[in-house]
Amino acid sequence: MDTSTAHASEIAAAVAAGRVSAVAVVDATLARIAQHDGALNAFTAVVEARARKKARALDAARSAGQASGPLAGVPFAVKNLFDVAGLPTVAGSKINRDRAPAVRDATLIARLEAAGAVLVGALNMGEYAYDFTGENVHDGSSRNPHDLARMTGGSSGGSGGAVGGALVPIALGSDTNGSIRVPSSLCGVFGLKPTYGRLSRAHTFPFVASLDHVGPLARSVRDLALAYDAMQGHDPDDPVCVERAVEPVTPLLAKGTAGLRIAIAGGYFRAGLFPEARTAIARVAAALGVGDEIEIPEAPRARAAAYVITASEGAALHLERLRARADDFDPAVRDRLIAGAMIPAALVAKAQKFRRWYRARVLELFAGVDAILAPATPCTAPLIGQSTFMLDGVAVNVRANLGVYTQPISFIGLPVVAVPVPLHPMPIGVQIIAAPWREDVPLRIAHALEAADIVTAAIPALEESRNKPRKWRSDVAAQRHK
Amino acid sequence: MATKRAKSQTKTKPSRVRVKAKTLAARPAKKSVRKVSGTKPEQFADPLDILVDASARALDLPLEPTWRPAVKGNLDVTLRLAALFTDFPLPDDAEPAPVFVA
Repeated sequence: MDTSTAHASEIAAAVAAGRVSAVAVVDATLARIAQHDGALNAFTAVVEARARKKARALDAARSAGQASGPLAGVPFAVKNLFDVAGLPTVAGSKINRDRAPAVRDATLIARLEAAGAVLVGALNMGEYAYDFTGENVHDGSSRNPHDLARMTGGSSGGSGGAVGGALVPIALGSDTNGSIRVPSSLCGVFGLKPTYGRLSRAHTFPFVASLDHVGPLARSVRDLALAYDAMQGHDPDDPVCVERAVEPVTPLLAKGTAGLRIAIAGGYFRAGLFPEARTAIARVAAALGVGDEIEIPEAPRARAAAYVITASEGAALHLERLRARADDFDPAVRDRLIAGAMIPAALVAKAQKFRRWYRARVLELFAGVDAILAPATPCTAPLIGQSTFMLDGVAVNVRANLGVYTQPISFIGLPVVAVPVPLHPMPIGVQIIAAPWREDVPLRIAHALEAADIVTAAIPALEESRNKPRKWRSDVAAQRHK
Repeated sequence: MATKRAKSQTKTKPSRVRVKAKTLAARPAKKSVRKVSGTKPEQFADPLDILVDASARALDLPLEPTWRPAVKGNLDVTLRLAALFTDFPLPDDAEPAPVFVA
């Protein structure tokens, strides 16, 4: 086993059995990050001292006879909107660099580390998560591990790049309108956006409270499930996080697709697709023996309502920063936020009313099906710097439109697994969508597709970084965790 | 003459500056922002320009001239999208999605 690129499940099993030490795994991971992150630009901070300290503690605990956790010795990294004790939570911005260092970790980091995982760093992202490209004017663009000239997708761009380039087996991202699923699609990895309210968002920098989700990205379905199970559970620090019993999904993966009714989303979700997206859907559907189409009602209106709520709530969040430090924003983000502040409140109220109507209609569909297949993105990764692409014959803005197929789904908080179809030269994702609180369904389907080699997160050949690793802002954290 | 006409319209037809998402979105965008010589900034020809300027002023938001086209463009796109659901028939007693619990 190459510990620098192994799956989380393999690492955890090896560490628990004593075949490899957590320190050796962390050392290999840090070496791979140093070797390749100059090219991928996925990390904005690497917490080397903290990671090594944690790994030593894990090894000592095992030597003392203590049981290893389900993620023993598994390195992971988080989008830099998660609080990491000792680091300012920058959320992809210049402005937040002036914040005091976080005094504690985000809830999900604490839960992963309680399961034995080891945080190794924070990841690049689109400024304040208002982005589908993975480009960042302050930290530089995240680069796609399958083609460094192309976008990772965003806003969890570093999460997609770090997992896709096998710098870490697991990363955390956030998804307001598609920010886990879009980079998963463009970087060729698995991504889970759980049901709205399932996982705690506590101690993360928000974007749109009505729509914000958090979740994992990984290179195998089992890794996705292991991370998800370790993070479940109510958290009083996030008022949206439900009081619901933990419902482990890892033991259910082997159940396969028997008895599951699956359909393909038609209408809106079939229009505007590039040939590669059509091919991906067709491959997945054929492997599952699915031919029936189902119409998700009023999806264009749902997407529009999500767009309006996002613009308005995002603007409200940043109003004071816009007044005081407008020049310090990414201009593309600033101009969208200023426009968002000008949206009449009546339109936002109407959007929230439509949201309830739409939710009720879509939930009716799940009386007849257990899962719905839909494209994750219209196309494979555009080139970095590309500002427009053709969607249904119309040139549209890339930053705002890579998520046209994800936005109507997260709008009502449905759980989704994005699965990577390994097309050449670039991969592309398919969404597997289920009813609320049924994360087990898309994970079972994804696991079956992975076992059949229909979907897979292949590790691309990466050139050794020509640039020296950038000076990461990890000194504070390193000092703190010594 | 042009100056007088512009002033006259602004004074006698204030309703044109009201925010109507559907109306704004349905109208084709004007090719250029026509500012009449000698008029104040709020006397642009396009209601969307008036909304942008008035909102920026009311909310105390900075709006540099070079940012203006992008801000207006973003607002225009947003209002056009809003028009997709604002005329969708919902009953008067439809509840919004977020529910406050006391």
